[in-house]
Order: sequence, then C-alpha cells, then structure tokens
Amino acid sequence: MTPDPEASFARTYPILGGGFFLAGRASGEVKRGLGELPLPPELLRRVVIATYEAEMNIVIHAISGEISVSARDACVTVIAADRGPGIPNIEQALVPGYSTASDKARSLGFGAGMGLTNMRRCADEFRISSELERGTRVEMHFRPRSPGAKEKL
Amino acid sequence: MTVAEVAQTLGLDVLTGHRTVSREVTGGCVSDLLSYVMGTAQAGNLWITIQVHPNIIGVVELLDLAGVVVAHGQTPEEPTIDKAREQGILLLTSKETAFALAGRLYALGVR
Repeated sequence: MTPDPEASFARTYPILGGGFFLAGRASGEVKRGLGELPLPPELLRRVVIATYEAEMNIVIHAISGEISVSARDACVTVIAADRGPGIPNIEQALVPGYSTASDKARSLGFGAGMGLTNMRRCADEFRISSELERGTRVEMHFRPRSPGAKEKL
Repeated sequence: MTVAEVAQTLGLDVLTGHRTVSREVTGGCVSDLLSYVMGTAQAGNLWITIQVHPNIIGVVELLDLAGVVVAHGQTPEEPTIDKAREQGILLLTSKETAFALAGRLYALGVR
C-alpha cells in the first residue's frame, strides 16, 4: 500500500487478530486524525463506522492485518487487508446477519453479521476480494453526500 | 433533556464522565450487538446495554454518543471503567432491565 504523496492525511495502522482489548484503537485514531481536517461530519461519521467494522473484522477473523486511511480534498479512502483464513463465499458473507465469528466474539456482542453490511452502506464505493488461506482485502471510498440524498447513517 | 436530568430521574449511577452531564440526550439505542449500535445510533444518543467489556467505551467514543448505561445490575469490567475515565466518557449503571430503562426513557420524551 503506497501512500498518496498528495494526501492531507495518510496513515497505516497494524491490527492484531484476536486483540479484543485493543480493538477500536485504530478507528479512534482515525477519528481524531481526520477530525482535524475540514471534512463534513456526515462523511467523517461514515468513515469512522466503516473503519471500526473493518478493524473488528480483522480482530475477529484474521491473524493480523493493516488498515490504511488516506484523505485528499474531501475524499477518503480506507483499505483493510489481512492475513487470515479468507472468505469462501463472499456473496454469503455479505448477507446481513450471516457470521462465522467465534462464540467468544459473539459473547462480546461482535459477530452480528452486520460488519460488511455497515461498511457497504457507509461507503460510496466498496470492493472486497479474498483468497482462501491467504486473506481478505476491502477497499472503500467515501465522498460527501448531499443532505438527505441517502439513508441516514 | 440533559444527561444529568435523565440520570437523576431514572436513578442511574454515574461511574465516569461526570463532566459531560450537562449534555443534551438526543435519543436512545438499546442493543448488545456492537455492529447494530454502530449502524443505527446517532451522536448524542444514550445507549443501553448489558455488555460490560471495554469495547463499549470505544463505540461511545467513535459515535460521539452521550453515554452508555450498563443495565440489569451488571458491573462494568475494571478496564471498561478505566478506559471510560481516561477518555472522559459517560458510563452509567442501573439495576433495572434494559427494557424498563428504555421504556422510562421513552416516557420522559427521549425519542
């Protein structure tokens, strides 16, 4: 992942699989970092929700991964790539409520099968690819939305 | 209605985040599924849950919620309280069930 040299914000956060205690830390840093830019609050909100879901998916399912966030003008890109089991059936994984999370993750209130759904709703462009036994990559692009144009998030 | 008024009326215990009690409560959310909260709660909402682990504080922070009420006499884990204190996040507890709290909150006009 090469950072955009023209970006006003560009960071990569390493995420540890199974690290429930630290989970959410990267998303918090993204919120604070992007919060210093003149971005519309609705855009920042969607980026933060999607980044959190991406972070949690790495924590829940993968061995490790990275989340890269960059902003250029009012456009934000979030790329989450992990080393992990991969997703056998992406179409199924995108069905709201479908989850393969562990009992431990579920007992903490994760693994509701809404992570990818939330990401897809928040992002203006959403791409996911996965390779079994290798890992999964999610790429999301965010742009300001006109008020009331889409469902409230 | 402010957090302080809600806390007083419903008899909630304020564990951390005392400095934020003058904040207006804009609505509520009841769920123990974190992704559900991430996808539906709005800034300024009060969240009622029985989850007690530190990740709930992260959700409150990321969504800029008014705070989180741990219901039904559940005790937040120590790291949860520590994290909330460090970040100045409003963490409340109640002996009442999530259902009862939500009903009373709704009756107070928090919609």
